[in-house]
Amino acid sequence: MAGERILLLGVNHKNTPLEVREKLALSSGYEEPLQALGKIEGLREYYLLSTCNRVEILVSANDDADVERELSRFLFGEAISPEQYKKYLYCYHNEEAIHHLFMVAASLDSMIVGEAQILGQLKEAYRWSAEQKCTGPILNKLMHKAFSVAKRVRSETRIGSSAVSISYAAIELARKIFGSLENKRVLLIGAGEMAELAAEHLVGNGAKDVVVANRTLERALDLAKRFNGHAVGLDELFEQLEQVDIIVSSTGAPGIILHKDDVKPLMRNRRNKPLFFIDIAVPRDLDPALNDLDNVYLYDIDDLNNVVELNKAERDKEAVKASRIVDEEALKFKDWLAGLAITPTIAALREKGNKVSMMELERTLPRLKNLTPKEQKSVEKMAAAIVSRLLHDPVVFLKSESCKDQSEMKVDFFRSIFDLEKKE
Amino acid sequence: MLSEINSLLFGSVLLVSFVASVLYLVFFFNQKEKLRRLARKILLGSGILQSLYIISRYFIAGHTPITSQHEAVTFFAWSVTWAYLSFHWRYSVKNFGTFISLLVLILLLIAASVSRAFHPLAPALQSLWLPVHASISVMAYGFLALAFCGGIMYLIQEWELKSKRLGFFFSRLPSLDALDQLNNHCLTTGFVLLTLGIITGSVWARQAWGAYWQWDPKETWSLITWFLYAAQIHQRLTAGWRGKRAAVMAIVGFCAVLFTLWGVTFLLGGVHSYGR
Repeated sequence: MAGERILLLGVNHKNTPLEVREKLALSSGYEEPLQALGKIEGLREYYLLSTCNRVEILVSANDDADVERELSRFLFGEAISPEQYKKYLYCYHNEEAIHHLFMVAASLDSMIVGEAQILGQLKEAYRWSAEQKCTGPILNKLMHKAFSVAKRVRSETRIGSSAVSISYAAIELARKIFGSLENKRVLLIGAGEMAELAAEHLVGNGAKDVVVANRTLERALDLAKRFNGHAVGLDELFEQLEQVDIIVSSTGAPGIILHKDDVKPLMRNRRNKPLFFIDIAVPRDLDPALNDLDNVYLYDIDDLNNVVELNKAERDKEAVKASRIVDEEALKFKDWLAGLAITPTIAALREKGNKVSMMELERTLPRLKNLTPKEQKSVEKMAAAIVSRLLHDPVVFLKSESCKDQSEMKVDFFRSIFDLEKKE
Repeated sequence: MLSEINSLLFGSVLLVSFVASVLYLVFFFNQKEKLRRLARKILLGSGILQSLYIISRYFIAGHTPITSQHEAVTFFAWSVTWAYLSFHWRYSVKNFGTFISLLVLILLLIAASVSRAFHPLAPALQSLWLPVHASISVMAYGFLALAFCGGIMYLIQEWELKSKRLGFFFSRLPSLDALDQLNNHCLTTGFVLLTLGIITGSVWARQAWGAYWQWDPKETWSLITWFLYAAQIHQRLTAGWRGKRAAVMAIVGFCAVLFTLWGVTFLLGGVHSYGR
């Protein structure tokens, strides 16, 4: 539709520090901000996305309305002055906006590229907008396209398949050893922050029981309470090793606290059930030779980092493939939009042609008195045929690929040649 | 006429199995789910064609077609295929099909390379025990072959985890736990069938030759194989043997199976040496 443009404004984790993102006026869910957006003049359709890493507004607006300033004021509220927010805000138009949206949906713009959460957040945000009737034909189509692009990226590349943080790497390894983490028991040796984080991930992925062994029982009790587990003293370590499956060690001990020869006899009592040791302490807590035991797997912090690096390299390769898919789809969507822009022009042209032929027929037919109804029909048909033949080539030109980049100019030019009514 | 259909059938078995293997291999690289489903359907088609081929040979020969080298190996491929297909209905082990389809193809190629002539059956062997003994034994081999493939996959995956070189296979192979369960399941099933095979064989031997056991090389090697598997299952039940040791034992056991099937026939002879 002529006189319309797509605009995407926002801030994200890349160029906006957390302190600024926190101040944005959109912490209260979607309902209120969407209503507030509705009051801005010149917006036809609008949609809003707010996650902890980004806030973005996507609108389709009238060409002449200066919604950019209004929108940024809406985004930043009174808290931040325009001079200040200018360096944070990005603002994309038309093709760039489409491309950016697709990048976000495909998780190529995420802090952890390839993470799967963003698509759900996008869908949730869209649901709010759609429910409040803020979206129309263009945004509906655009958002659904974004979802399908994300799906295509996910199925055609392996971008989401590898773990790129230490915790994820540990989970991935545990899955390859145990199949599923369901009902697996975790032992934390040392009650530091790292251990807590690792335990959180393991429990979040299905691990059942958390046992905390620490030098000071008090701290162990605190941490155990968080996971509904129980605490033991360090002297009970060997007993526990017979029961658990995954051990995360992170004590501040200066030397090795668990030797190969300590664990070896335990394996018999465990009936050789696998043990997965994760040593995130520096200096290391666990004897590297543990890894030589059958059914025992030991990864220290360097090993985990290597896995992460490997996955990152793999992921970057996949990201290139994914970007290509996004480029391709953004181009396709642009073509669709361009098609949308010329449809009314073609209709107007045809209408004008019909009008001209009708006018001429009305003038000529009364003068031709001896025509039979059949002959009269033929003359009418001929007039219509001349018009449609004549208009055929210009319409083909309008639809053609040539000067696609300046399709708006082309439409304007076309309208002035045929003196079609000015667009509203 | 029947023999023309017969050789046509074998040709199509080879072709279809080849296509299934290629698809499974491509799937192994690019991991497209659509491809896997297609490959599986084609492997199912190969299984059906193999069955038809065996039935057609049954009608031509007039007895269960397991008396020549060609027939025994074809039967073997058939049992691996169907053991896998039946197994798959209960569990799903990632990318197992690639390994199985390759094994089936190799077996069929071996079958294709030996003489496909029909052998008349000695009157002493014409008994209902032939199909019973032979098919139970071959089904046992089928399940033991699955355990063998699972064992190889286990060793690869375990090596990647231990050496911390998580490469090409790491993401493509299933978890160690899944492979160990596969090993347990297939060995138990295979072992029960193997035991039944030996028992039915000895009953038949009593009928045909008058003695339950006569230390024929094939019998001896079957017994050795049986003890290998029995030891492993015993160890799993008592000492909790699992993982790498179980995988290695599955491979060793299967080597004994292969030797029983071919080595004995070519190297040692005896009453079981059909189709030389």
